[in-house]
Amino acid sequence: MSMINYASREINCKLVYYGPGLGGKTTNLEHIYGKVSPNTRGKMISLATETERTLFFDFLPVDLGTIRGFKTRFHLYTVPGQVYYNASRKLILKGVDGIVFVADSQIERMEANVESMQNLYDNMAEYGYDLTKIPFVIQYNKRDLPNAAPIKDLQASLNPGWPIEEATRQKQTPDPAHPGENLVEKVGADWVGKAAYHEAVAVRGDGVFDTLKAVSKHVLKTLS
Amino acid sequence: MAGAASWSFSENDFKQIQKHLQAFLRDSNARCALLVDRNGQLVATVGETPQFDPTAFASLTAADFSANDQLAKMIGEAEFASLVHQGERESMFLADVAKRVILVVLFDQRATLGLVKLKAKGAVENLNKVFEEMFNRVGTGQAQKGLLEGAEDEIDKLFG
Repeated sequence: MSMINYASREINCKLVYYGPGLGGKTTNLEHIYGKVSPNTRGKMISLATETERTLFFDFLPVDLGTIRGFKTRFHLYTVPGQVYYNASRKLILKGVDGIVFVADSQIERMEANVESMQNLYDNMAEYGYDLTKIPFVIQYNKRDLPNAAPIKDLQASLNPGWPIEEATRQKQTPDPAHPGENLVEKVGADWVGKAAYHEAVAVRGDGVFDTLKAVSKHVLKTLS
Repeated sequence: MAGAASWSFSENDFKQIQKHLQAFLRDSNARCALLVDRNGQLVATVGETPQFDPTAFASLTAADFSANDQLAKMIGEAEFASLVHQGERESMFLADVAKRVILVVLFDQRATLGLVKLKAKGAVENLNKVFEEMFNRVGTGQAQKGLLEGAEDEIDKLFG
């Protein structure tokens, strides 16, 4: 739920990094925190256990600069990935404007990815939000590992596409990040939409800003 | 609903909010009052300027309130409309406003919890009216169309 404050001329938007435990959600935020100028970001808050596992959330506010005289501020949150923290995970989704799903590319984590994606759909549906209609980006993290699954397999499991029913959206939309691929296309007789995806190695920072840029752009687009 | 709705408020709304909060601070002797929306965004601060990062504070406040909301439901209550965190010197009182916003009051030994609670009741009633009118008037649907036209270039610039 973006909030526009005409008095202080600010636009605030909420982004949530979702995904299975140990997938790299906190690492994404830590990289952003380390790279963005201290003038344009706030303090990073981590509610973590003694073993550095996220207990409730990590939080990082980032200013994206002034647009049309309004300061655009993105509040980045991560959720705890571990299955048994679902009650607190669901709370963080409340009022979300955009979602990044950080998938762990390792073949062994495929089941955890699928389970977390299903959990995301379920939690969003409980709030009455439709994941296929809000800014949503998938990040395939840990691409540098030797046991990383091929993108094709990850896409087939986690981003198979959803039917596009509104006639206005039924037009071929190329994926700007992957030439030759489409975000919306006709498959047989049906129109199918997919989430944008990015490959990443979050510990090195590869793909972290591409992901953030993609989702924040999409969020701001929904306001324009 | 595709996603969460947006909301916006005008300078006039802001002045109304400030007026009520200032009156409350005067009557209760509290140090500072903050309004935080349920998603953790700071709406307004009145009184002494806080010495902490207000953005981080707002996100933790919303999480605190949401977590307590769920705890209330678990024990069979519809909600905890207010919460108190009492410290040795500094204390906090939190109260729900119009189901969308949280009033956070910071106070020290110069004020008493009883007085803060009593005066907050009136302030919350006034703020409820302001917010309900605001939501009725501007709605909580899509933010103003076209407000961010041309924003993409600026984002591109920021990230290089």
